[in-house]
Amino acid sequence: MTGRVVLGTDSVPSLPRHIKLRWDKRREKWVIQAPEKVMFPDEIAVEILNKCDGAATLGEIVAALAAEYDEKPEDIAADVTEMLQDLADKGYVTA
Amino acid sequence: MSAAAAPGAPLALLAELTHRCPLQCPYCSNPINLERASSELTTEEWRRVIVEAADLGALQIHLSGGEPTVRRDLEEIIAASSEEGLYTNLITSAVLLDAERIGRLAEVGLDHVQISFQDNEAGNADRIGGYAGGHEKKQAVAKLVRSVGLPLTVNAVMHRQNLENLDAVIDMAVGLDAERLEVAHVQYYGWALRNRAALMPSRDQLDRATEVVDAARERLAGRLAIDYVVPDYYARRPKACMGGWGRRFLNIDPLGRVLPCHAAATITELEFWSVRDRPLAEIWQSSPAFLRFRGTDWMPEPCRSCDRREIDWGGCRCQALALTGDAANTDPACEKSPLHASMFEMAATESTTAPPDFIYRRIGA
Repeated sequence: MTGRVVLGTDSVPSLPRHIKLRWDKRREKWVIQAPEKVMFPDEIAVEILNKCDGAATLGEIVAALAAEYDEKPEDIAADVTEMLQDLADKGYVTA
Repeated sequence: MSAAAAPGAPLALLAELTHRCPLQCPYCSNPINLERASSELTTEEWRRVIVEAADLGALQIHLSGGEPTVRRDLEEIIAASSEEGLYTNLITSAVLLDAERIGRLAEVGLDHVQISFQDNEAGNADRIGGYAGGHEKKQAVAKLVRSVGLPLTVNAVMHRQNLENLDAVIDMAVGLDAERLEVAHVQYYGWALRNRAALMPSRDQLDRATEVVDAARERLAGRLAIDYVVPDYYARRPKACMGGWGRRFLNIDPLGRVLPCHAAATITELEFWSVRDRPLAEIWQSSPAFLRFRGTDWMPEPCRSCDRREIDWGGCRCQALALTGDAANTDPACEKSPLHASMFEMAATESTTAPPDFIYRRIGA
């Protein structure tokens, strides 16, 4: 890692290898697995993280979410970016 | 929540595969009475336990020891964990690993490696670990771990005999391309309790370390995640040890005894059940050791009426025993404990007196 990841529209976010997003059958919940940490993300976070496939740009992710939720991309872009930036600063997302 | 109410599912299993270890760190959290190889759980027993833990809801397994890589069946244990979907973390001193074995461990599904470092200076690190050449070997293995793409946590145990080097230790973690650094002040159980006067930092040392960590966290945001464990002796509130007794974690020792935490065997009044005798689910739900301090009903005052009782769960039972003589007492790390001031004084006095020689971790020491 060479510096802080700052996400922009053209960034391609993904989960680093040591972060795993898995469906836990027993609890019937999505779970984020990280070293010494387990988190249960909310539904929106799961939607966003599942789109961070290492192929789609942040702009494309925002556009896809906007279409699904019948919102304008410009209305949700800031919230989506902020959530992913926060996860990037904690090391759960890279780009 | 009432004391003996059915617990939720555990999040993680700490698997102490062995007490054997080539290092002799004087702050080892293993018990003073180390178990011998001949009594360790077999590969088949671990396989069964891993399936049972996953069925019970555990999501992570921490493969620890002693030094877990002394087990020649580590590959099989990792493979079994991975097949069950457990997030598999190897907690190692690294000195027994080489490129070939790291490659094999990655292949069978290892998710993460945590390597302990005793300091950033080889001489001091090898003196503390009691293992010549260890530091250099650890550096080399850390690079091998990264070269196969495995994520790395540097675990740096800090105390009065290395705390001045904390800045350099952080730089070392960055240089090793670690994702994560644990700056772990020694916690005083097991061997560390025996060596407390040789390890306890002064309040000034601690305050400076906290400043160093705060600055590094800001400087390295998004590059290196830093976890910081403060020593209880200078705290005002106890830590929520293990996230609460029997709430999130279970620890299985080399013999198969199931403990609520890795130090719980110091509480000799407790009755531990073994995976050799009973299913893990039954042990988690109803073994006397888990029931004894689960929830809040066991609490004395001032814990019982404290509004933080479900935040810190009364702190640490092992520490309560070690410092008050009764595991059911309020953890003296809490400022509401009548013993809090004397604990602080003891730390302040010990840390400003010349350190005694280490008593190294050895069988029969």
